[in-house]
Amino acid sequence: MSILADENTKVVIQGITGAHGLKHTRLMLDFGTKIVAGVTPGKGGGVCCGLPVFDTVREAAGATGATASVIFVPPAGAAEAILEAADAGLALCVCITENIPVQDMLRVKHYLRGKSLRLVGPNGPGLVTAGVNGKGCKLGIMPGDIHLPGHVGVVSRSGSLTYETIKQLSRAGIGQSSSVGIGGDPIRGLNFVDVLEAFEADPETYALVLIGEIGGNGEQEAAAWLREHSSKPAVAFIGGRTAPPGKRMGHAGAVIAGGKGTAAEKVAALAAGGIPVAETSDLIGATLAGHLQKRGLYAKCLAR
Amino acid sequence: MNIHEYQAKELFRQYGIPVPDGLTAATPEEAESAALRLGGPLVVKAQVQAGGRGQAGGVKLVRTPPEAGNAAAALLGRVLRTRQTGAAGKPVHQVLLEKALDISHEYYLSLSIDSAAEQVALVASGEGGMDIEEVAAGRPERICRVNIDPFIGLRAYQLLELAGAIGIPPSLKRQFTSIGLALYRLFTEKDCAMLEINPLALVENGEGKPALVALDAKAGFDAGALFRQPDIAALRDRAQEPPLEARAFDAGLNYVSLKGNIGCLVIGAGLAMATMDAIKLFGGEPGNFLDCGSNSKTEDSREAFEIILAEPGIEGILVNVFGGITQTDLVAAGVIEALRRHREQLPVVVRLEGTGSAEANRLLLDSGLNVQLAGSLTEGAEMIMKLVASQKGRKSRPGAML
Repeated sequence: MSILADENTKVVIQGITGAHGLKHTRLMLDFGTKIVAGVTPGKGGGVCCGLPVFDTVREAAGATGATASVIFVPPAGAAEAILEAADAGLALCVCITENIPVQDMLRVKHYLRGKSLRLVGPNGPGLVTAGVNGKGCKLGIMPGDIHLPGHVGVVSRSGSLTYETIKQLSRAGIGQSSSVGIGGDPIRGLNFVDVLEAFEADPETYALVLIGEIGGNGEQEAAAWLREHSSKPAVAFIGGRTAPPGKRMGHAGAVIAGGKGTAAEKVAALAAGGIPVAETSDLIGATLAGHLQKRGLYAKCLAR
Repeated sequence: MNIHEYQAKELFRQYGIPVPDGLTAATPEEAESAALRLGGPLVVKAQVQAGGRGQAGGVKLVRTPPEAGNAAAALLGRVLRTRQTGAAGKPVHQVLLEKALDISHEYYLSLSIDSAAEQVALVASGEGGMDIEEVAAGRPERICRVNIDPFIGLRAYQLLELAGAIGIPPSLKRQFTSIGLALYRLFTEKDCAMLEINPLALVENGEGKPALVALDAKAGFDAGALFRQPDIAALRDRAQEPPLEARAFDAGLNYVSLKGNIGCLVIGAGLAMATMDAIKLFGGEPGNFLDCGSNSKTEDSREAFEIILAEPGIEGILVNVFGGITQTDLVAAGVIEALRRHREQLPVVVRLEGTGSAEANRLLLDSGLNVQLAGSLTEGAEMIMKLVASQKGRKSRPGAML
């Protein structure tokens, strides 16, 4: 089981003919993702990676029954690509694009209220539902060879730390149900709590890993939500304990503004909710393993 | 991206937001002739992109053109250190000369992105002229806030409500409203991240009537939107950025200069922060934040490594890359090139994992350079601190070497 997408999800790639889109379409296909079409305005009727290319998402979805898209459109057109996915009636849209203007995203988020589309990202690695025998679903740019199917849900604001974490878990024999990168921008689609709710509803997810960083209050909200609503053990990591205030640490959303959004604040909120926080990023896997043992779930989470 | 006060005020003028009459000068002579043209008592304001200029001696009141020339001579070419610049300070290359005004009250007005509400937020206060965070901490009831619907925009009635709430005199409510609307138009049309008028001053205009004027102006812009704001991008003043940050920005690297002794070269913002934190945990202080970007090639890594080498106070470097999309062998090649080019003796620990890491580690081992390989971040952080400590020990006891 999984959240958001699985091996049967039919996917279109928006911006499939760009260098980035092309490269990652091949990697996603290798992983087993059921990509059924590509979309590039003006290139409708063509073929790319053996897939039909359409001018619009609506045409692509109509012809193929696709319900999800992955966006590799450059920043100037990425917001419009999300709107197009929403209006075409897709259920899920994963936006990889970094540096989308903030005011474009404000309008997009406003427009998405009340729509059925669930947006993952932007400025994130996407999501992976690991599967066996080439049956997984990889939407985005996560490396394909680190995943192990299983029962731990991973949600993260950082691409690089998601890969690190998944690799640690897989090496320890702990498989993942789904891994979701919600992205490093301040204005994004799904937040921690949205993803945690989805994991809570997934009976095959037994435990959770949350990877946060400085900036905003998503981690504090997640801590409060986990305390109130979650039946599943969780561990966390927060990056940026040494980040200076007022400086943007790579991600547009990773900035301590007006003294708010510090790592200490977030670690304290998680600890208050009884959620163990790994001291360094390479201890995330071990922290989870220890917590699972305490909760008697370790054996259940080991992949056979 | 931030711009200077005089540039922000030029934008204000274009949008009809009242600012004092003023001229910029880059030399004392220019300042003197500007003072002659403006006439009357003036303020001479150092143009640096940081708050706290007043307390740092960056703003001077003068009465005559020769005084203006002297004030400019004292400020120009100087490095101004304010509570926001840090110890390095920022260089003063221009001064802004403005007519000194008789102020009867100071208000606060700003626009910024409220990421929790996912809206632009207008913040106003009857207590201007001081740090708004101080007001927020001590007297939060004195701060009024309106979140703006991105489709409807800011409306006049919202500004009228605010005007009443912060105590704008009735005769000036219309002017306050038009300033607010103009500010919002500027914010959306130019892709701002932040606009601040502090203070928005109550003064007497030329005809002896009360009026509002933006005495100070601060503007920051969304870096992600600069591609469609070429006129704004052209306002960038490289001299206001820490030199290595400016160099890294030009090379397409995400870089922040810090004060510590251990440099770090990492790909991925999250892992970069985690690496800094691990360095601290093992007793070091991170000397920089660096996210190279996942498409890093040999020359990107080399440039990144050279920037770290140029950082003052660096005693060792930790490289930490997880190769998903990134080819770690290209990163290794860049590190080797940089070390060879600089004949660097600094301790270097490299932890590479994932795509191309077998080749990368072989390249490093075969290079003959003094580079240690680590299997994990924790191990790497521990190793670099030990190497730095032993290097220091050798340096501080030269006799022991003989």
